[in-house]
Amino acid sequence: MANLASDFIGIKSPNPFWLASAPPTDKEYNVRRAFEAGWGGVVWKTLGSEGPPVVNVNGPRYGAIWGADRRLLGLNNIELITDRSLEVNLREIKSVKRDYPDRALIISLMVPCDEDSWSDILKRIEDTGADGVELNFGCPHGMAERGMGAAVGQVPEYIEMVTRWVKKHSRMPCIVKLTPNITDVRKPAEAALRGGADAVSLINTINSITSVDLDDFAPEPTIDGKGTHGGYCGPAVKPIALNMVAEIARNPETANLPMSGIGGVTTWRDAAEFMALGAGNVQVCTAAMTYGFKVVQEMISGLSDYMDRKGFTSTSELVGRAVPNVTDWQYLNLNYVTKAKIDEDACIKCGRCYAACEDTSHQAIDMSEDRVFSVKDEECVACNLCVNVCPIEGCITMERVAPGQLDQRTGKVVPEEYGNWLEHPNNPGNTCAAE
Amino acid sequence: MTSNALTPGIVAGRLPADQLSDNFSDLHPPLDDHEALVAADRCYFCHDAPCATACPTDIDIPLFIRQIATGTPEAAAKTILSQNILGGMCARVCPTETLCEQVCVRETAEGKPVTIGNLQRYATDTLMAAGVHPFKRAAETGKKIAVVGAGPAGLSCAHRLAMKGHDVIVYDARPKAGGLNEYGIASYKSVGGFAAKEVDWLLQIGGITVENGQSLGNGLSLDKLKADHDAVFLAIGLPGVNALNVEGEGKDGVLDAVDFISDLRQASDVASVEIGRDVVVIGGGMTAVDAAVQAKLLGALNVSLVYRRGRDRMNASVFEQDLAASKGVRIITNASPKEVIGNGAVREIEFEYTDDDLSPTGQTFRLAADQVFKAIGQTLGGSELPDLERGKIAVTGAGRTSIEGVWAGGDCAAGGEDLTVTAVAEGRDAAEDIHATLMA
Repeated sequence: MANLASDFIGIKSPNPFWLASAPPTDKEYNVRRAFEAGWGGVVWKTLGSEGPPVVNVNGPRYGAIWGADRRLLGLNNIELITDRSLEVNLREIKSVKRDYPDRALIISLMVPCDEDSWSDILKRIEDTGADGVELNFGCPHGMAERGMGAAVGQVPEYIEMVTRWVKKHSRMPCIVKLTPNITDVRKPAEAALRGGADAVSLINTINSITSVDLDDFAPEPTIDGKGTHGGYCGPAVKPIALNMVAEIARNPETANLPMSGIGGVTTWRDAAEFMALGAGNVQVCTAAMTYGFKVVQEMISGLSDYMDRKGFTSTSELVGRAVPNVTDWQYLNLNYVTKAKIDEDACIKCGRCYAACEDTSHQAIDMSEDRVFSVKDEECVACNLCVNVCPIEGCITMERVAPGQLDQRTGKVVPEEYGNWLEHPNNPGNTCAAE
Repeated sequence: MTSNALTPGIVAGRLPADQLSDNFSDLHPPLDDHEALVAADRCYFCHDAPCATACPTDIDIPLFIRQIATGTPEAAAKTILSQNILGGMCARVCPTETLCEQVCVRETAEGKPVTIGNLQRYATDTLMAAGVHPFKRAAETGKKIAVVGAGPAGLSCAHRLAMKGHDVIVYDARPKAGGLNEYGIASYKSVGGFAAKEVDWLLQIGGITVENGQSLGNGLSLDKLKADHDAVFLAIGLPGVNALNVEGEGKDGVLDAVDFISDLRQASDVASVEIGRDVVVIGGGMTAVDAAVQAKLLGALNVSLVYRRGRDRMNASVFEQDLAASKGVRIITNASPKEVIGNGAVREIEFEYTDDDLSPTGQTFRLAADQVFKAIGQTLGGSELPDLERGKIAVTGAGRTSIEGVWAGGDCAAGGEDLTVTAVAEGRDAAEDIHATLMA
């Protein structure tokens, strides 16, 4: 079994699976159960300033979307930061860390945007024994209206300023949690780096309305006839999160900035994908909220088996391994030609590939009287839609047309050499071709 | 009365009332909302779906299942009923395992089809429970059409004609409308008086009058019907029953399976239905299975179903055969009846083993029997009918017979399988043809 021990900006944990700052990490009882179940670390639910704690709504605070068989695909919430007193939280953090010295315990923080508030809270958490702090610049609802959370995270200058305060008033490792509710995630990441952040974590939740009650005409979750946007998370947001992680990883400015990957991690495979795109570890919330803490056991066994298969002895061998292969569209090889191929033996004859191709794509699939489906190579542009809509995994594959062979669609021989848009004769910016 | 399984002779009450009630409850209990959603989620929404192609009434199955999945079962029901007005009964009695569900791509992929029949029942039950009849009559045409036979073909034809604005008079020999839906299906397939409720629901379209107690040769003549109406649709079923043609067939206790099934359906209390201790059913179709299974459910000690050919030639589906076996019916194949033995009443019945060509092998055996049910096929019979083809009314196109102005469909017409769903399709298509002809 591969060693999953993780060292993230000097914070050690037995595995790279942390629970994100969220309802599952709001109190000692849950966190102890999480550690017993095997989680490598926990980011404690966000603490606010001393004084009367925030209050939450007393109606429903989560909304969801589902896939087939009501499998939860996306969850949104309008919960705020911890609504328990600072003193109680600090006492519990200290108690848990004392009993689980080998696990990572990070404290998430969100206080008003002034230096005194930050220096004060940092002093208060100093003797908890926690391993680091995570700055919550992402919470998209409630707190943002009070000038905190996403209100800070959407302004790179504020991120830099607050991060600088934190590094000035604390020696703890500092992770800046980024909001995805921006246009270019590289800007807040660069700001965090300038402010002295040791790492960033992303993504926080996405502004969302999950559904509308069509009788009451109100967004859900509905509180007394009204609703508000919440933060969206779960499997549905993973593709967005993966892209943002990759954007930071391949940005020269932030290429060496450690990242903690967050967003829909549900299985070992999701975690491995985040790590391959540059995340040093991952944080999980929705999977635990859906299935309980035990899910981490599959993540541990799955990632370990995968690393054994690959011959990786440390998670660091996986981290960032896919980053060099993330590129811009303009660098993709236009001379790489594939065609869909349908395995007749595996085909169950549902005809979804045919409907998709015939109605919405390139009319490249033929359907015989007796429902045999085959690809017309002379029409197939290799779009992959048939592969994506086929219910049988592996039934339709993309097969490469080897260089030197004829592409029946274009009537041209597939070139041996790499050729991208920049060099393409149709590119108006390609002066070489015009000359 | 204290009878039990061992009580000799033909007696009622072999089982306690609560067990009888269990035995005759729904064969496939209805899906609840959650079960329906889970089942509907499995549908792949196939292109030009094989299930719909396999359905004799061409129901758009992927569409109605998607409508269930999106929480609109009433819309699903309308999709079903617009093709098959008896979609509720068909959901209960269709041999889906040899029709839509057999060709479901999930059957190909996993050996477990989408449970189309159960989903169809969920949708149609939901609509009918709401008391909704989703179709309206067109403006009245002033045309009058006679439908002879209030079974699936006749009712389907009558409804479609009424929808088109015609006036329809449905004549039926029996005291209740419904035909085999009311009289000829195992009780556990249609519980709670469903057949009668469905007829009442169907008649909500308006424009249909049902006249019971009349049949061709018994109050009705085809010539008169023709003279009094703009068109005639014959859906008279197969009222006759084939004889065994063996010695001793007339002995007491030798009965037609269809009568047993009908009596059971019409009994106000199954505990009052008498059944033998040793029951032998002769035949290999759905009627034979329905009789054998229900004999066992009534508490008969030994029930044998004897068929003259091999299992693969039985008209009863594999599902039905397995159902019979699971209830404890002994299925004997490749054996033909030779003689009914007994002094006044049947005591034993002798069979001879046959090979696959039905040639006698000379080897015989006897089964103890105090009750024998004949289920070896039904016949048309009757006079004054249009031309016949192999014992049934010959038809061309959508049920046109040799007599102008007379259409036929359902079991009495040649071609097509003798299934409820086929009868519904034939009635519907004949109605369309009648309408087109009358309005041309």
